[in-house]
Amino acid sequence: MQVEQISVFLENKPGGLSYVTKVLKDANINIRALSLADTSDFGILRLIVDKVDSAKGVLKENGFTVGRTTVIAVEVPDHPGGLHSILDLLAKEGVNVEYMYAFVERSGENAVIIFRFDSVEKAIDVLLKNGFTVLPGEKVYGI
Amino acid sequence: MLFNEEFESLPREVLQALQLKRLEQVISRVYHTVGFYKKSFSEAGVSPGDIKSLDDIRRLPFITKQDLRDNYPFGLFTVPMSNIVRLHASSGTTGKSTVVGYTKRDIETWAELMARSLVAAGLTKNDIIHNAYGYGLFTGGLGVHYGAERLGASVIPMSGGNTKKQIMILQDFGPTAICCTPSYLLYLAKKGEEMGIDMRSLRLRVGILGAEPWSEKMRQEIEDKLGIMALDIYGLSEVMGPGVAMECADGRHGLHIFEDHFIVEIIDPKTGEVLPYGQEGELVFTTLTKEAFPLIRYRTRDISRLMVEPCKCGRTYAKMARVSGRSDDMLIIRGVNVFPSQIESVFVGIEGLEPHYQLVVDRQGALDTLEVRIEVSEDAFSDEIRTLQKMERRIAKDIKDYLGVTANVKLVEPNTLKRFEGKAQRVIDKRDIQERR
Repeated sequence: MQVEQISVFLENKPGGLSYVTKVLKDANINIRALSLADTSDFGILRLIVDKVDSAKGVLKENGFTVGRTTVIAVEVPDHPGGLHSILDLLAKEGVNVEYMYAFVERSGENAVIIFRFDSVEKAIDVLLKNGFTVLPGEKVYGI
Repeated sequence: MLFNEEFESLPREVLQALQLKRLEQVISRVYHTVGFYKKSFSEAGVSPGDIKSLDDIRRLPFITKQDLRDNYPFGLFTVPMSNIVRLHASSGTTGKSTVVGYTKRDIETWAELMARSLVAAGLTKNDIIHNAYGYGLFTGGLGVHYGAERLGASVIPMSGGNTKKQIMILQDFGPTAICCTPSYLLYLAKKGEEMGIDMRSLRLRVGILGAEPWSEKMRQEIEDKLGIMALDIYGLSEVMGPGVAMECADGRHGLHIFEDHFIVEIIDPKTGEVLPYGQEGELVFTTLTKEAFPLIRYRTRDISRLMVEPCKCGRTYAKMARVSGRSDDMLIIRGVNVFPSQIESVFVGIEGLEPHYQLVVDRQGALDTLEVRIEVSEDAFSDEIRTLQKMERRIAKDIKDYLGVTANVKLVEPNTLKRFEGKAQRVIDKRDIQERR
């Protein structure tokens, strides 16, 4: 039920991001979804890729500081109020969202959102009980 | 004007005879009272009886800051604690600072030398002295304070910080002289201007500035902005504190070293060989009159050169050029002594951080800035911004707590800090203050 996300430390300078994408391109790794969080000095690039292990390996070989985090991919009804129905539920259950970002591709009729929660297990539990679809990693890497 | 006409203008032969007599006394005293000296003299094959001329001082071994640390805190004192009336310590982390002690007579000597310095700057008992050196373990505040009282001037014990209040007092109390670091005075001037105050209209006429390296260009800027005469003072806590040497208002070219109380040498920092007058090298001081904590051939690591041309002020002392740099890696940031190893010891205490770092020292406007760049290792990395920012803040706080300097901590990618021959370039000092005259 969980998805592996790779995170990369980047200084805030020209060319930093393009070097990451070059390394991934050369290793024939496809980026499925990404988000970039930034401060004035540095940024954290978070990636969902099709080949997690080899992506982490090549980035490390190229001198990046790479982290690995467990996130959850949830199918969200693609209509007004779809995302709200999930966030409202989580808020009522006291689950905190650390960050989230969207997939570009859809899964069938639904949009896909990546979430990072403070308590992953509880979040999955709450979502499943309320009829939401949590996508397994293998499915997400190939969307 | 001279504060102590008799001693400050001794003919050099008489001065040297006095130095030799005092040197013999202090050598004999340290040899017989401090185990460290007895051991180090014996290892060098010298005994007090061998010192028959001033040149014989070269036969004695040097003492270094490391020796002072090894004997922390009181191991090199020559008198029992009951005779010590004051303790000071140089900046540094706990256990790494160097502690100095003073007897009642040491305090009196120091006050006299500081009073001589103030008179060399053209001050009299009619002056009001704004003392913005820090009061506390640092010798600057109390050193200047006692000298000012000895002279009979009116001293305002302002200490550092609280810039707005400093400016208010400069306006309202009308001090005629100010003592602080040159960079702080420029900062005060800038703040004053921002507050809409004409800093040239203050009653200030002299600045007695030291405790950090500065340049002729900074002197010009200070003099222009404040309409004062800016003079250089030298001292270090190990040797005494402020008032070891002072630039005179008449000559304004080099600092007179009060040689009736100190012997100064210039050495090649690499070989330890004594260099002739005029050549640049490391300053080495021997204290002649200190009771509690005499030092024999103390290596200051400050780079300067000595001059003996007669000065129009009438003082017969040798002069030292303004300190142009250091022969070790010590940085002086806003008047605080900082060794890169001390900063390193701060992150060693933080889990997951690797000791790959770089210090970038710069000067923005008047104030020194310190940027600490640290490579992010995998163990320390997090995918959450706030975790990394928290780490930056924690390091900055620890540096502030341990070293007393404000640092801007910046996380950087691994392997981005330049390494030369496998060794990292730890320090980049962008301040353009090490110019030579």
